[in-house]
Amino acid sequence: MLISFNWLKEYLDLSQITPAELAEAFTLGGLEVEHMEELGKDLDHLVVGEVLTCDPVEGSDHLNKTTVDVGTETLPIVCGAPNVAVGQKVVVAKVGAVLPGDFEIKEAKLMGEPSEGMIVSLDELGLSDAIIPKHAEDGIYILADDATVGDDARPYVGLDDTIIEFDLTPNRADALSMRGVAHEVAALFDQTPTFKEVTVHEEDSETVEDYLSVEVEDAEDTPIYKMRLVKDVTIGESPIWMQHKLMHAGIRPIDLVVDITNYVMLEFGQPLHAFDYEKLGSDQIYVRRALEGEVITTLDGQDRHLNPDNLVITNGQKSVALAGVMGGANSEISDETQTIAIEAAVFNPVLTRRTANRLNLRSEASGRYEKGINMATVQEAVDLAAVLMVDLGGGTIVAGTADSVNVGALDTKITTTTEKINSLIGTSLTDNEISSILDRLGFPHEMEEGKLETSIPPRRWDVKIPEDLIEEIARIYGYNNIPLTLPVTQSIPAELTVKQKMTREIRGILEGDGLQEAISYSLMTSEKASKYAIVKDELVSLQNPASEERVTLTQNLVSGLIDDATYNRSHQVSEIALYEIGHVFYKESEEQFNEYTHIAALLTGENAKDWLGENEPLDFYTIKGIVETVLSGYSFKEAITYRLAPEREGMHPGRTADIYLGEELLGYVGQLHPTEANQSDLNDTFVFEVSLDQMVEVPKETVEYTVLNRYPGSSRDIALLVDETVTHQALAQTISENGGKHLQNIHLFDLYDGENIEAGKKSMAYSLYYANPEATLKEEEVNDAFEQVKQALIENFKAEIR
Amino acid sequence: MDLKTKLEELAESSMTAIKNSDTLDEIETLRVQLLGKKGALTDLLKMMKDLEASERPVVGKLANEIRDDLTERITDKKEELEQQALNEQLKEETIDVTLPGRQYKKGQTHVIHQVMEEMEDLFLGMGYKIISGSEIVSDYLNFERVNVPQDHPARDMQDSFYINDHYLLRTQTSAVQPLIIEAHDFSQGPLKVISPGKVYRRDSDDATHSHQFHQIEGIVVDENITMADLMGTLEVMSKEIFGADRRVRFRPSYFPFTEPSVEVDVSCFNCDGAGCRICKHSGWIEILGAGMIHPNVLEMSHVDSTKYSGFAFGVGPDRMAMLKYGVDDIRHFFLNDQRFLSQFHQKGEE
Repeated sequence: MLISFNWLKEYLDLSQITPAELAEAFTLGGLEVEHMEELGKDLDHLVVGEVLTCDPVEGSDHLNKTTVDVGTETLPIVCGAPNVAVGQKVVVAKVGAVLPGDFEIKEAKLMGEPSEGMIVSLDELGLSDAIIPKHAEDGIYILADDATVGDDARPYVGLDDTIIEFDLTPNRADALSMRGVAHEVAALFDQTPTFKEVTVHEEDSETVEDYLSVEVEDAEDTPIYKMRLVKDVTIGESPIWMQHKLMHAGIRPIDLVVDITNYVMLEFGQPLHAFDYEKLGSDQIYVRRALEGEVITTLDGQDRHLNPDNLVITNGQKSVALAGVMGGANSEISDETQTIAIEAAVFNPVLTRRTANRLNLRSEASGRYEKGINMATVQEAVDLAAVLMVDLGGGTIVAGTADSVNVGALDTKITTTTEKINSLIGTSLTDNEISSILDRLGFPHEMEEGKLETSIPPRRWDVKIPEDLIEEIARIYGYNNIPLTLPVTQSIPAELTVKQKMTREIRGILEGDGLQEAISYSLMTSEKASKYAIVKDELVSLQNPASEERVTLTQNLVSGLIDDATYNRSHQVSEIALYEIGHVFYKESEEQFNEYTHIAALLTGENAKDWLGENEPLDFYTIKGIVETVLSGYSFKEAITYRLAPEREGMHPGRTADIYLGEELLGYVGQLHPTEANQSDLNDTFVFEVSLDQMVEVPKETVEYTVLNRYPGSSRDIALLVDETVTHQALAQTISENGGKHLQNIHLFDLYDGENIEAGKKSMAYSLYYANPEATLKEEEVNDAFEQVKQALIENFKAEIR
Repeated sequence: MDLKTKLEELAESSMTAIKNSDTLDEIETLRVQLLGKKGALTDLLKMMKDLEASERPVVGKLANEIRDDLTERITDKKEELEQQALNEQLKEETIDVTLPGRQYKKGQTHVIHQVMEEMEDLFLGMGYKIISGSEIVSDYLNFERVNVPQDHPARDMQDSFYINDHYLLRTQTSAVQPLIIEAHDFSQGPLKVISPGKVYRRDSDDATHSHQFHQIEGIVVDENITMADLMGTLEVMSKEIFGADRRVRFRPSYFPFTEPSVEVDVSCFNCDGAGCRICKHSGWIEILGAGMIHPNVLEMSHVDSTKYSGFAFGVGPDRMAMLKYGVDDIRHFFLNDQRFLSQFHQKGEE
């Protein structure tokens, strides 16, 4: 909504208030000012001139040399506009004027002719094409004959106003009218607005009943429907003052009838529609739901296919307008129109919204119907429209209004107490203070010993319950006058849940390992959503995706990290190390969706060698080391094991392990399948993904102190030659199971399968550490225990001890 | 020359020799020459036996003194030379201390999670629990239960991602309100919760819109909770995030689930209120919305709205981070360019 400061002045005394002060008060009062513009602020040197002579410039097909009287002097001006003529009053930008777009007017010579100024169009004055009247679109702007030569031209073109633009919240549709805004200003500045009373001079010889009756199918759909008739109006241009008001509100002047309906809508917030009465072709108006498949041709010439969700105005038979949205072509006003039927109504907001949305026909009118209408001024609005038509276009008003009114009492009664008001706001307002705020709002009320009964006028249909009224009181009192306190409540200790703590701990671990946290998109293609899932199951997809890329909620975080890595790669980031903690989604049924929290990480790229000639290795064991660090932070009761997973989709079949916690699958770790990595423009890429929820839920050991070794221990090294397929996990398990009670640590310190090792074999070297916390170990004890291990290894793996 | 004089002369010349020694080798040679079994002093002492018995104690004493003195001088000189040698060696070991250290890489928490953690810590300190909800919710919870009825413009299908006719990706963390309020046992004390998480809107991604972003919902319900409490809480929070020297102001606003409703602005940290591009020349930056929980929301969650009142607020950490660090494009948060992510590593800020 655009508000003209000058227009507001018609209702209030704004002599002591600047537009900037007004804007500040609006914003702090809840009508947020988005923008304020002082029109014509920098347009000096703009005067009214009269064209004295006008002759074609020799050799030019469109230029004219004119002499223009600007009061103080007569200027030679070369003008290229097709419509310039002797005797016109025009707007002259004198030398020194700077027009919008930093266009400075200087003395010039055009085709040899001197030119000391410019006769301007509205467009050149910076007015938007969207609001310039049709008749003023081409060429210079012609002023009325009574314009005074030499005057500052700005008031003549409406550039002496300040326009305030609101960004309204949906509840404050009352401010979609000048009268509504005037009431707001009155409340903010403690004034009383004055509105001119509308007096209708009706032609008594005929009454509206002779012409028309009005009926509605459903009172809920159409609470109020009114129609007035005006005869013999001459439809010309509307007066300049009205054109300026419309333009300042962002509406293009069209002709007298259209302009009046728009003007009244701006003043009252009441949309109007004008029909050509003769074209209605009947003496009745019937408002009903459209029939399934019914077609109406709207004013813009489009055929609209309707259904019973749309409300239509009919002549009893066929529809003549889409209620609240757009008129029908079959009843459009034209130059031949003799009798105008002016409609003012209140339609069901939901129906209007559905219709405007479905047909993509949103307008100033439909927007107002959607948000609500002041039911108290429907009659006044239609009266004013009729009066303006005869005042400005001649003709007569047919006596009476054809109507269908289906609403009861309009005022809303709200009962509350001073105590409730204060206890919700946190203030200690007195009865009198509250009462005077309500006076400013113009809400009639009775206050008696803290008991308040307020009558909310229909212009504030958003105020319905005590809390609404309390907000009104609070905002007029001033939100910023309310004291600032903290809740005084019983205090209860708050702490992070186990899961929240673990999330933070794991972030710390992964960041300590050099990984950067990512937040990727949850929505992706179905393929990506399922590909790297620890467990694949029914996906959750959108009914109404916005793009093909973002259709399905993911079941894994690795896919998102791969996208991130590709993005980094394409932006020349060479070392990529990312992790993410986020949700994955599963569909159980149409009413049951499961979300789990996962942790995933990705490493790829070339680690640049540093000046020390070192670079960190990047292979399977790097990522495995990281996941091991994460998991080792928690003493799960069950053991973590890694099992070769040759069949994970998208993963390297020989370099991927499923991670088990006891017998439960916790996640996986491994290298991306080279083909996949390639497709994502990545080199060797390593990932893991595990379920945080499982880590949270499984039982954990409580930490207990272990006595430190007081007696020296003893180490034994062993090198084994075993088949290539024998895993470390299997060897370690055998060693552990046969190590005896004093074996405390098994450490793999070498693995070799190069030269001097026969094909299909590998050499592994372990260091075993024995200690007894209670006594010094004897040499023989250790030797015996070590021998056991050797035998077991030979037996289980045909190991050759080297 | 008598023995005494010889001793004194030897002492004299030896002292000079010790003093003039430059290397450890030299001093060692000197030590052997003087004090060794075949050394000069030893030789002289062997001549003691030729002395008068009366002279022996005197010369003997002198000889001992000289030996002790020279021994000490040699030791001192040796230490001195050793120290010198060490110093020289250390000098040779000098390295370029300006070369970079061995790189131990350190990652960072995502900047949005940093903002969230900062808020979580602030509210934990004020006794709020942290409860995160699910991202898929029923339209009943996301809308109906927070007082957004059917046919409300906010329920436009165009604006939300629907999974089926009744389930959608939550468009606001307010969707957690009903369940949290409903589940709370007021006999155990007040309800104080914040709920951070992801939310989704059916927007086209551009510099200022993202189909996925974050919110932090705050909820307090108890007897006698006031707007003043809400505003005091929001002031504390705003200053925590944007700095204690920011001014905070409140404006009436509208949300279906709160009444009265509040919008909070902080004075622009770029121009301090003078007006600039960042604050659109208003001097203020809008940071969050809040309000007193609508009685309908309380009643639908089976809380007696005549006895209990409460407030709720919703903060956008993405917007907060954009404002705080001057990030010009919201998509940066979700593209995870490491050059972007690694910028936010300040620790120990206030």
